[in-house]
Order: sequence, then C-alpha cells, then structure tokens
Amino acid sequence: MTPQEIIETLRSRFGDAILEAKTEGVIDPFVKVSPLSLKEISHFLRDDEKTLFDVLMCLSGMDYTGGKLGVVYHLHSTSLDHKIVLKTEVTAESPHAASVESVWKTANWHEREAFDLFGIVFDGHPDLRRILLPDDWEGHPLRKDYAVPEFYNGMKVPY
Amino acid sequence: MEERMTSERTVAGFGRSLKTEEMVLSMGPQHPSTHGVLRLELVVDGEIVVDVIPHLGYLHRCFEKHCEHMTSYQQVIPYADRMDYVAAMSNEFGYVVAMEKLLKIKVPERVEYIRVIMAEFSRIVSHLIAVGTYGMDIGAVTPFLFCMRDRERVLDIFEQTCGARLLYNYMWIGGLSHDVQPNFAEKVRSFCTYFRPKLKELNDLLSYNKIFIDRTANVGVLPADVALNYAVSGPTLRGSGVRWDVRKNDPYSIYPTLDFEIPVGTGAMGTVGDCWDRYMVRVKEMEQSVNILEQAIEKLPPGDVQAALPKRIRPDAGDLYVRTETPKGELGYYLVSDGTASPFRVKVKSPCFVNLSALPAMARGSMIADVVAILGSIDIVLGEVDR
Repeated sequence: MTPQEIIETLRSRFGDAILEAKTEGVIDPFVKVSPLSLKEISHFLRDDEKTLFDVLMCLSGMDYTGGKLGVVYHLHSTSLDHKIVLKTEVTAESPHAASVESVWKTANWHEREAFDLFGIVFDGHPDLRRILLPDDWEGHPLRKDYAVPEFYNGMKVPY
Repeated sequence: MEERMTSERTVAGFGRSLKTEEMVLSMGPQHPSTHGVLRLELVVDGEIVVDVIPHLGYLHRCFEKHCEHMTSYQQVIPYADRMDYVAAMSNEFGYVVAMEKLLKIKVPERVEYIRVIMAEFSRIVSHLIAVGTYGMDIGAVTPFLFCMRDRERVLDIFEQTCGARLLYNYMWIGGLSHDVQPNFAEKVRSFCTYFRPKLKELNDLLSYNKIFIDRTANVGVLPADVALNYAVSGPTLRGSGVRWDVRKNDPYSIYPTLDFEIPVGTGAMGTVGDCWDRYMVRVKEMEQSVNILEQAIEKLPPGDVQAALPKRIRPDAGDLYVRTETPKGELGYYLVSDGTASPFRVKVKSPCFVNLSALPAMARGSMIADVVAILGSIDIVLGEVDR
C-alpha cells in the first residue's frame, strides 16, 4: 500500500483519532494520532491483512520545546514491504501515552528509554523503570529545559 | 514441616526430600562473558534459569544529548565511532548516509565504493571478534588467537588509510577525510587471497568441532515470529531463518549493483534459530563480505573523494529515519533538523540494544552455563547498547 492508502484506511476506521497526516513535502510520510488511541491503532496496523506492520523499527521520544513532548514510531512490514511513521504529541504537564508493548515486544525497552530520558509515561507498560540512568537519578536529561545537576547523591559533579 | 513455604520434592536416589527455592544470582557487571559492563540478574531454580533481568546503563555517556550540543552536524561523527567501537566504520556509514539523504546530495561514485569496502572490512573485523570471543566463552582459546591475528591485517589497512586502528573519523558528510593510498587495491586483493583459506581453517577448528556443537546446537532457540516481534536484526534475526538484510531489502549506497548472498540459519546442527545457527551466519557472512570486497575493488572508479558542500551545513527543517546494515544488525538514525547548523535531535536505534532485549525470551528455561552461550551468540557491544 502507498502511504496515502494507509492514511485513508486509518481515517475511515478511526476518524477523530487521526489528527494530521502528511505525505508531501516530507521525507517520511507520517500520521499524527491521539496518544490515548495509539494502542488500538497499532493493533489494527499490525493485524489487518492489508497493512501487516510486523516490525516496529524505532520508537523515539521527542521534546518539541514549549511544553510539548512527543513519541515517534517507525513501522515497517516485512511481508508487504511498506512503511509508515506514527507521531503523537503529549504535554509536559501530563505526559501520558498508551503503551504498545503488548503489540510489539520490542517497544518494552524503547518505552523505558523514552520514560527514562524524556519522562513520558506509557500507560499499560508492565515494567516502566529507568533503563539507562541510575534508579535514583532526578530529572529527564533529554528534555530541552534540563539543567545539569551540580550534585549527585551529595557528590559534586566536577564540571 | 508441611507448612514450610518452600516447595519440596523427592529426588530419586536421595531417599529424602530436597528443599528447592528460587535464588537470585548476579552475573556482572564485571564478568568475562558479558563482553563489557552488563549486569544480568538471573533468577535460578537450581541450575535452571527461570528468568533473566538485564540491567544496563553502566556505559551510558549521553550520546544523544551530546549530539544536540554540537555546533555542526560533522562533529557527531567521532561520537558515532564510539558506539560500536569494534565496527566504527559501519556507524559512520549509517550517519553519513542519513545526512546525505537529509541534505539531498549525491556523493562521487568513488566515495561510495570506498565506503562499502570499509564497511565490509569492518563487518569482517566485527565478526572475527564475535566468533573468536564466542569460542572463548565456550572454552576454546585458540580460535580467538587466530581471529585476532587475521583482524590485525584489516586494522593495518585501516591504519594505512586513515591513521587510526579503532576509531576512524574517516567518512565525512559528502565524502571521506582523504583518499586511499596508491597500493590500497593491492592490499585489499592480497587480504582476500589470504583470508579465504583462514575461514576454512576456522570451520575445521571451531564450527564443526563436536564439543562446540554440543554446547551451542539446540540452545537458546529464537523462533522467527518472536524474533520479528522483538524487531531483532542482523545475524540474530537471520539465524532464525528470516532472509532479511537491509543491504538487499532496503538498499542504500551501491549495494544493489553488487552480487552477494544472504546466509540464513537452517538448523543444520539442531533447531533453526539456535546458537550454532547464529554463529554460523556470521562465519558465512564473512565469506560474502570477501566476495563484496573483490567485486568492489575491481570496479573502484577514479575521481574525487569529496562532494561540493557549503562550508556551513544547514539542512532544511524536517526529519527522517535511515537504517543501514551494520555487523550487529539494523542501525537506524532518526535525525530531526530545525534548519539550524546543529542537530535538533539524533536518535539512534541500536541493534545491540534491541537484540539484547530478546535475551530473556531466549534464555528462560535454559541452564546457567547456556546463558553464557546465548549471550555470546547475540554478539553485543555495550558501547552501543548504552550509548
């Protein structure tokens, strides 16, 4: 399927949950979806025989500045050989998105990473802990407004 | 006695019941078979592994945060080198391919050929380390020494080309740091002639060794559908019998013009997707890399090694995801540009990180000693897992 057809299918199926879509003027065509309907959309994209997105290539957390965070999902189908990008946006005050761990197991660690570095909370994740930073780390370093701490556990950080 | 919480069972020959309970065993962060600083929390029931919980981050050095603080896109390349430090050329390759797609520029053909030669060399180097250390994990020391000896030949070529043996900073956006030496083609050819018989030697010494097969066949089986659900890639995916390689299925650079095969696991010694299959895919890939080297060096065109670029690189605002096939698997760069001279976001989808996340699925139900065999067969580099 072409990206345009995938977007049409999603629009007719999910309606209001599809917020925006762009195929022209961008390198990778994307669909912007509502963060709480992500799981249903992902299930549909994986299981529908016309889309069959069996591989989640990449899941990236984003900080779009101005109190807006986001998650970007790069999907690929090995059997039908087509791609689509899902984007979703959450606010920094309430950074909740639905977890897709039950759809693609690979999302487990990717979501933990996005939680660790951006503080995005994935509802429904079975084990949402920090993954790269120590458990007692404060703050989420990849946010654009992150200030490097002067002390870690009472020790002065030398720079 | 009956009210004890621990389960009790009678073991034949002991004549009395044994108490069994689950125990947590910490493997690493300093452990020779974790290939770096990785800690595995093993939940064991006697010798049987009930669950594996990896703890990572010991080598985390904020690669992505560093990238955002660079003053130009070019400065990211030395940092990219340090992710998978045994195959640094492949990391650079992925980044420059992504950058050139973002900037919509074409590089001279000579550059493409030299890049592919370097990437395939680094595949050989990485697989030699993977195979050698894997043998050592299992208890075979000699193959490791042989692999290191052959690796040295490739490192000599790298050193002669760009002055560095491990971290090269050789591929730049739009070209290379400098051209290869005049005797480069001759060196590559003589390496190919040297290396083919050595692969046979490796097979005789390790691959078809009875003890090695007993330790690896039918161990840590990863079925193809589970592998895809975990999005594992590289030899770990192909070991499960999935013929999937970014060089063939989502081609980049000059790979479509080259003739090579994608080896997959066949279950020759046990089950499809066991440790031996993953190991053997690497050995066969080295052979294919030699094929690619020979073709590429025949066709290597003359010309310039740097495309015309503005002094200050400012890509248009936009984002893209580009993946390339490194020795470990599918390395993806998600680049976001806001139109300024420094990256807005660089996200790396590291193949080692993703492949390691499938370790618990492979290791549950196996013996403690098999966890070492399974971990070695995934071939992780912690520099890339933790970034």
